[in-house]
Amino acid sequence: MDFVQLIVSGLANGCVYGLIALGFVLIYKATEAVNFAQGDFMMIGAFVCLGLTNADFMGLNFWLAVPLAMVIMAALGYLFDWGVLRHMFGQSQVSIVILTIALGFILRFAAGTIWSHEPVSLETPFAGQDLRFGGVVLGIDEIAIIVVTVVLTGSLFVFFSKTKLGVAMQAASQNQLAAYYMGIPVKRIQSLVWALSGAVAAVAGILFASKGAIDPSSGLLGIKAFAAAAIGGFGSLPGALVGGLIIGLVEPLSARFAPDGFAGIARIAPYAILLIVLIFRPGGIFSQTQKKKV
Amino acid sequence: MSATAVLRVDNLESYYGPIQAIRGVSLEVREGQLVTVLGANGAGKTTLLKTISGVMDPEKGTVKLEGTEIQGNEPDRIVARGMVHVPEGREIFPLLTVAENIAMGAYTRSDKAAINADEEMVYSYFPILKERMTQAAGTLSGGQQQMLAIGRGLMAKPHIMLLDEPSLGLSPLLTEEIFDIIRRLNTEQHVTMMLVEQNAAVALDVATYGYVMELGRIVMADEAATLAASKDVQEFYLGISQDENQRGQRRWKQRKTWR
Ligand SMILES: Nc1ncnc2c1ncn2[C@@H]1O[C@H](COP(=O)(O)OP(=O)(O)OP(=O)(O)O)[C@@H](O)[C@H]1O
Ligand SMILES: [Mg+2]
Repeated sequence: MDFVQLIVSGLANGCVYGLIALGFVLIYKATEAVNFAQGDFMMIGAFVCLGLTNADFMGLNFWLAVPLAMVIMAALGYLFDWGVLRHMFGQSQVSIVILTIALGFILRFAAGTIWSHEPVSLETPFAGQDLRFGGVVLGIDEIAIIVVTVVLTGSLFVFFSKTKLGVAMQAASQNQLAAYYMGIPVKRIQSLVWALSGAVAAVAGILFASKGAIDPSSGLLGIKAFAAAAIGGFGSLPGALVGGLIIGLVEPLSARFAPDGFAGIARIAPYAILLIVLIFRPGGIFSQTQKKKV
Repeated sequence: MSATAVLRVDNLESYYGPIQAIRGVSLEVREGQLVTVLGANGAGKTTLLKTISGVMDPEKGTVKLEGTEIQGNEPDRIVARGMVHVPEGREIFPLLTVAENIAMGAYTRSDKAAINADEEMVYSYFPILKERMTQAAGTLSGGQQQMLAIGRGLMAKPHIMLLDEPSLGLSPLLTEEIFDIIRRLNTEQHVTMMLVEQNAAVALDVATYGYVMELGRIVMADEAATLAASKDVQEFYLGISQDENQRGQRRWKQRKTWR
């Protein structure tokens, strides 16, 4: 029965990876830039919520702190694009990548200064509670992660396919020039995508921190999420989630079934899978055969 | 025809870095007109349209839309003011459906009922688009994509539409069909048109007035019929050589009387 628990906890981890990967892909599709600070956005999102709700800090109600943290992270994403990236227009991708890496360092430093470098847990109403089905014991936190991810993914799907702004975001990412010709304010749309990705990072961070402790270097998890995004094809939102789930499942399963003395295999398994996917399907599992116009 | 100028361009100059692509262009498009701008490859036709629609900023000169200066404005403001640019090479949103592409044309509008009515209007001119509503636009044929680009442009409810080489890559038959629709949109929907073309024969056929562009300058401007009859236009843009001229003239007249 612990096999079911293993799967559920792997899926829960995978959801967090998937949500961070979703943030990568959102920004990549909209702006063709890779935000290497996405993992740190996640970490900051967790700390912001923690700062709002933990008794040691502001002690706000958890259900108020969550949307507030999402709004704050959305604002941070918007402002970074509006205040910094927009002025880099026409610069090479490399300089933008370096800028996002630098942003990651700044965020880690800021988090350490404000909330210290010690691991802290997010105080949630459901911490430590279990659900029992027959012989299976599942943590509510893990179930919550899976449910929230499903709901968030569903809402994003509806947003992108049914709302004018969502369709415009897709349009701007498929053909920026045409969007510009049609009077779609492409720059503002891109800032809004950064905002969306900031809000998603906040959710990922809150979920991550509700399950275990968080510290300023937790953002390095972003590397695994990056692998997840690449496995999924880097241009596909469902692909990012699936990539995250694959990595989430492979980690505990490979640790469990590794031969004696090879337990460390779990740590390289995500990258081994990434390698295999890239060799056999260079575009990722969900690659779309579409050339992007500038 | 003493209609007011919908579009008035004065001494416009545009650069790509150090390269001057537009060298002091002045022109006028009046209410209800269908004006064409002819010119060979690289004459600066696309650049002229981009500068007018706000996709590029001019170095010098003015662009007036219904009397208001708009040069240097962002396209979203210009589209909302009633000018839409249907770009060269179609430029649709390949992974969105046909219906979503059409809807994006109305991005700057919020009058729901009127938008729905205009959708019906667009589908009545391009019935094939209605049939393909749920199909990804990237899977349409070239001609259908051109129709989609024009239909999407119409959704902005433009007073004036800038069309960049709608005949590009289309068969003569399909070109004929699309130009016929352009002419009907002009007369039935009262959309003023500025049409850039290399295909001088079809363009002069539908247009009322024409400009000829060379190396970033306007070198000729006249009634379309007069341009079509001029020796230079015939030789350089209609591909009729001088000794064939007599016959060419006749052929032109003949074609005219068919209509
Ligand atoms: N992005 C660009 N960068 C530099 N020069 C450009 C650019 N686009 C166009 N040009 C130059 O500007 C001039 C005018 O180009 P433009 O595209 O306006 O011509 P055109 O009349 O539309 O030609 P065509 O009929 O082939 O479409 C050309 O000499 C071209 O080489
Ligand atoms: Mg051109």
